[in-house]
Amino acid sequence: MGTRAIEISVGAFVLSAILALAFLVIKVSGISLDTSSQVHTVIARFDDVSGLRERSKVTMAGVTIGRVADLEIDLEYGQAIVYMEIDGPPGSLTIDTGAQILTEGVLGARYISLLPGADIDFLQDGDFLMEGNTQGAFVLENLIGDLVTRLGGE
Amino acid sequence: MIALLDRLGVWALNYLSRLGRATSMWFTSVAHIPHGQDMHLVLNQLHHVGVRSVLIIVLSAFSIGAVIALQFHTQLSRFGAEDAVGLGLTLTLLRELGPVVTGLLFAGRAGSAITAEIGLMKTTEQLSSMEMMGVDPLYRIVAPRLWAGIISMPLLTIIFNVVGIFGGFIVAVQWLGSDPGGFWSGMQAGVELWNDIGKGLLKSLLFALVITWIAVFQGYDTEPTAEGVGLATTRTVVLSSVVVLAMDFFLTLIMYGDF
Repeated sequence: MGTRAIEISVGAFVLSAILALAFLVIKVSGISLDTSSQVHTVIARFDDVSGLRERSKVTMAGVTIGRVADLEIDLEYGQAIVYMEIDGPPGSLTIDTGAQILTEGVLGARYISLLPGADIDFLQDGDFLMEGNTQGAFVLENLIGDLVTRLGGE
Repeated sequence: MIALLDRLGVWALNYLSRLGRATSMWFTSVAHIPHGQDMHLVLNQLHHVGVRSVLIIVLSAFSIGAVIALQFHTQLSRFGAEDAVGLGLTLTLLRELGPVVTGLLFAGRAGSAITAEIGLMKTTEQLSSMEMMGVDPLYRIVAPRLWAGIISMPLLTIIFNVVGIFGGFIVAVQWLGSDPGGFWSGMQAGVELWNDIGKGLLKSLLFALVITWIAVFQGYDTEPTAEGVGLATTRTVVLSSVVVLAMDFFLTLIMYGDF
């Protein structure tokens, strides 16, 4: 093979590996390179966020509208603080928006479902959802435990 | 008894001296970073070691991805959790099978070729004639092969991973009828850039260092006979396969172990 053919083949090899890496980064790990699109953050407190993790989905009516940006613990109240990145500029969610943690299928991934409110004021960037409007993850083991005690009690 | 101890001692000293020679060879040749006019040596080796391994990597990756997806699908569909196939397949490939299988194939395909080539050069006294001409074989022969191997392995691993995921996608979605949305979104929710993709590539880089080191040294240190070259080639494949698998266990322990 001539030098040029070798150069071309090595070039094609490296290029295909770079494209493959781009595919892995974008399509597989789901990192968005589109930084121009605006996001805003809303924060919610939950009693229990078991199974939720960074980059879990945030949905409304089943449509993904954002993702979990960060999870923190408030040791004073023993509550989890969840930072959610919502697509689009602030002003789309009302201040009485509710949130619950749901599971896709029985064994699937945890995600946050936002429930639309009816207030006329909107959540601004960095606002907290109202206390009492959030419902934490239901833990299957606890539920089964409850069921067993109740059935046993009768 | 004394004779046995004597033989054991000789054997151990021989091994230590081999390891010593291997280490000094590695450092001397890696320090020779090819530059300028000699870049074409590396380019040539990238072609031999990297480009020519692509076909075997692609074929193996496709089959492995397909078979993992098939296994995951059969088991997970009993729980109605087909959506986890994409995630399971991807994590298996990125974290373990991608680097390890690429390493094994690379040792068999490229490592053996490097050993045989250098071994034959030594047997036919090409290496000593180079030295006579004042050309350093470590720089001219060994360094380009080391560098080409170190560069190609991670690239081959990336290609392996993507083709494997594609093979799994074909089986799980196109053939068995999983939901493509679940396949990709489950994957995206679970795969992390550094923890899964980055650490997998780091593994493959470390495997590359070891495999090329073994391959080059076995060739360079071969007994200059036809039999010696054959033996060295076998040793390259066996030794690098065992070392890759053992290293993988410890790397996984360090990278993902919770302790």
